[in-house]
Amino acid sequence: MSAPLLSVRDLRTEFATKAGPIKAVDGVCFDLQAGEILGLVGESGSGKTVTGFSILGLIDPPGRIAGGSVRLEGRELVGLTNAALRDVRGKQIAMVFQDPSATLNPVLSIGAQMKLALDAHGRSSATVARERSVEVLTRVGIPDPAKRLDAYPHQFSGGMRQRVAIAIALLNRPKLIICDEPTTALDVSIQAQILTEMKALARDMGTAMIWISHDLATVSSIASRILVMYAGRIIEEGGVAEVLRAPRHPYTRGLLESLPANATPGQDLMQIPGSTPSLLNLPPGCPFAPRCSYADDLCRTEPPRLTSGSRAVRCHHPLAMEAA
Amino acid sequence: MTPLIVVDRVSKRFRPSLSLGEKIAAGLGSPVETRTVHAVDHVSLVIRKGEVLGLVGESGCGKSTLGRVIAGIHPPSEGAARIDGEPIMSDARTPVKATTRIQMIFQDPFASLDPRIRIGETIAEGPIAHGLVSKGKAAAYAGEWLRRVGMPADAAGRFPHQFSGGQRQRIAIARALAMQPDVLICDEPVASLDVSIQAQIVNLFLQLRRELGLTMLFISHDLGVVRHISDRIAVMYLGRIVETGPSAEVYARPRHPYTRALLDSVPKLVTGADEMVTFKPIMGELPSPLSPPPGCHFHLRCPKVQPLCKAEAPTLVGEARAVACHFPLPD
Ligand SMILES: Nc1ncnc2c1ncn2[C@@H]1O[C@H](COP(=O)(O)OP(=O)(O)O)[C@@H](O)[C@H]1O
Ligand SMILES: Nc1ncnc2c1ncn2[C@@H]1O[C@H](COP(=O)(O)OP(=O)(O)O)[C@@H](O)[C@H]1O
Ligand SMILES: [Mg+2]
Ligand SMILES: [Mg+2]
Repeated sequence: MSAPLLSVRDLRTEFATKAGPIKAVDGVCFDLQAGEILGLVGESGSGKTVTGFSILGLIDPPGRIAGGSVRLEGRELVGLTNAALRDVRGKQIAMVFQDPSATLNPVLSIGAQMKLALDAHGRSSATVARERSVEVLTRVGIPDPAKRLDAYPHQFSGGMRQRVAIAIALLNRPKLIICDEPTTALDVSIQAQILTEMKALARDMGTAMIWISHDLATVSSIASRILVMYAGRIIEEGGVAEVLRAPRHPYTRGLLESLPANATPGQDLMQIPGSTPSLLNLPPGCPFAPRCSYADDLCRTEPPRLTSGSRAVRCHHPLAMEAA
Repeated sequence: MTPLIVVDRVSKRFRPSLSLGEKIAAGLGSPVETRTVHAVDHVSLVIRKGEVLGLVGESGCGKSTLGRVIAGIHPPSEGAARIDGEPIMSDARTPVKATTRIQMIFQDPFASLDPRIRIGETIAEGPIAHGLVSKGKAAAYAGEWLRRVGMPADAAGRFPHQFSGGQRQRIAIARALAMQPDVLICDEPVASLDVSIQAQIVNLFLQLRRELGLTMLFISHDLGVVRHISDRIAVMYLGRIVETGPSAEVYARPRHPYTRALLDSVPKLVTGADEMVTFKPIMGELPSPLSPPPGCHFHLRCPKVQPLCKAEAPTLVGEARAVACHFPLPD
């Protein structure tokens, strides 16, 4: 394989709180190739958003990147000055959020916002900005884009607003887009449209993506590889088919088995007992041990390490390689 | 089975206030129109005693509004909803809910519990007010309902913030059940919960239904969850019911093109196949309920649209299996 576009090693991000430090991201490692879509799944609070923000250098006090490395085409981003990071953001790496109003300014027309986003990375003439804006709006499926440039965000539906936010992310031809639950608030019908368009985008333009979601099925429909997070750590990594057919971590398997799609209607669903642990008082061993039916003394005392390689698992007693 | 709830040609219209964005735009000189939202448009349906009816459809199609009309929270603009033949809302000038036999559970268990009131009091309040239990016995009564929803006994003395989302939803369920309703209207009750907690709450609904013989309207945009829990399904599109029938049949052989398209757009794990996950998008978006299109509301997005569909609204025809489409898919 060629040198990765993005290489994240032992990334650790902490927040200082009154009750003590929170290790929101704890030793995250992965590589991402150009044009690849990597899925990042986990329940809320597992550290997905903070991982995305850390890659972009968007961690403000009381948070800090406590260690590790984020390399984009070999260039270290951790420790860059704010000015240097601003230049990376939007130009080389863009981010799309669950709520498009995080990106869209209600008092500016779409066209004006797009011009500003372009100007942030080198001024362009009004004509060039307009042409580029129409091009990206077309790309994301906004009907009649030239006319819509003068419209304000509230004049778009929720699905169309998210498309505009994606178009803005595309403006400067970033190599990587971090998509943080961009379809979670949308209807399945609109989600299906956006998933289709984003897949095509990665294929046609070679844009790499990190697709963050709590929904395994959604992530699996767009990504080729997935990382499963639990309590700030990656607990499983692999190709979509490998992970879905033969999950190796009991948590991943529990998530898959709890889906109604894998049960007989009307019968009880398989359920993972308990709830996700507080990051303030994690158990000493494996953070999943209190909910895991395989847990033994080793699991309760010794945190497991992530195995190396592209099919990785962080578990003392991983499930068999074959489909369970 | 006899119908317990009858919804008879119910319509609900709203005159919405301006959104923040519209206020800003109005401040900048944009014209402001007065408008009416047709949230629910002549809906008739029945819920039989002891069944779970699932209500699905895209957001904004009127599911919550219909649920609230049935729960006696919104008076209908037209038509009526009845339980055992009795109107759910009084027909006074300011209609009020006329029954405690129907209770509602909402999506957000954080918003629906008062942060200043202890759990036990929250649960006992309604039953005391309606004479279901005496003040003296209220604590034991609340404790019993907490036990039934799987909460620890000491929960009664604590405040909502001490509980997780899943636990709060259990508490909200206990509060509704303590009113001893016959019917539970559940509006997206698992939507804001974590994946691993969703299964726990779905199982709780299944268990309570078995134990208490509850009748339920289960509203959700999650087609998988609805399929799992419902005996029958009603599919809603822009204020109207477009298809109803037994869940297994509607999912296996949808007859309305919209139902088909909606089912196709959900990513599904097919772990046997080469392509692990499949879905097919529907074109277009839900039209605005401020200006619904003439004829069949779905015609703008329908792959099978004909001239008739643009002119005339189809009615819901059929008994056990009903569809509102001029050209339904073959059965
Ligand atoms: N600004 C902050 N201050 C304190 N803790 C934070 C902050 N941002 C995130 N966290 C904590 O970091 C953890 C991971 O959060 P997040 O990455 O948002 O989870 P996810 O996106 O997977 O739902 C959570 O426990 C959250 O409470
Ligand atoms: N209280 C209200 N005031 C004005 N409009 C409302 C109100 N409640 C719902 N609506 C409108 O009615 C339509 C249907 O909404 P709702 O019943 O919440 O749909 P769903 O639950 O299917 O998402 C939407 O257009 C919504 O904006
Ligand atoms: Mg997040
Ligand atoms: Mg709703």
